[in-house]
Amino acid sequence: MWKWLNSYADPERSYKLAGTFLPWFVCLAIALIGVGTTWGLLFAPMDYQQGDSFRIIYIHVPAASMSMAAYMGMATASFIGIVWQIKAADWAAASIAPIGAVITFIALFTGAAWGKPMWGTWWVWDARLTSELVLLFLYLGVIALYASFEDKVLAARAAGILAIVGVINIPIIKYSVDWWSSLHQPATIKITEKSTMTGDMLYPLLINIVGFGMMIGAITLVRFRAEVLARNGMRPWVRELATQEVSK
Amino acid sequence: MQFDSMSDFLNMGGYAFYVWLAYGVTFSSLAILIISSARRKRKVLTEIASKQAREEKLKESRGKKQ
Repeated sequence: MWKWLNSYADPERSYKLAGTFLPWFVCLAIALIGVGTTWGLLFAPMDYQQGDSFRIIYIHVPAASMSMAAYMGMATASFIGIVWQIKAADWAAASIAPIGAVITFIALFTGAAWGKPMWGTWWVWDARLTSELVLLFLYLGVIALYASFEDKVLAARAAGILAIVGVINIPIIKYSVDWWSSLHQPATIKITEKSTMTGDMLYPLLINIVGFGMMIGAITLVRFRAEVLARNGMRPWVRELATQEVSK
Repeated sequence: MQFDSMSDFLNMGGYAFYVWLAYGVTFSSLAILIISSARRKRKVLTEIASKQAREEKLKESRGKKQ
């Protein structure tokens, strides 16, 4: 199995494999986010307490949950890269970081735009909001570390260690609303018991969560392909692609 | 459909500013991310090609001296 797995760590194969998966991710992401957002904005019933302001949920929750999922993906890739010295995993981690930062920014921003009409303030220094802000800084730290070394093997190791250590923040974000009293409401979607949300509201939300996941996957593949090319500029197959690109 | 008219939809039950601010910032920041990501491949390949051209030039000039 190791031999089979390792063959996918070959840059040219992983580049081509990413290219094969890309259109599927793109189509699924566009379809799911299109359906989820339209459903959420137009057809989901109004919240009896929050009125139409609750419709921010259809981007806020997907962004927030995927900001954590993307972080776990990045940290896992970094771990694989450091432990088994698989460079493709390092490149994947470096591709996820900027996407995660944007998604975390979206989670924070939509949260603020929702907090203002509901809580009366854009921002409070409470556990959930602060730990999500720390997540943004972790992403920015990983990006900065990866960018600050000329030698990308060293850069990936430094950024990877930060990414792995930063995993401690993920359970803190997840359970912050249970551990400390917070302005932020506890989770509405529950995996083990019945969700405290009606189906008409819940389904578009679930669709958008999966859609955001697919979108992050698609952008990761796009960035991963560029990263593979950038790190393998000396290889003949990349040089051939470069010559074709310029002569176009 | 939860809204009676287009203006009713745009009004978002009085929360128009916050809802459209959230959606606007989300989709514009995603658009910037997607466009910059999509352009990376071309940028990387042009850089590699120009580096390649530089190397070939160096090789040529070295060949002339000998």
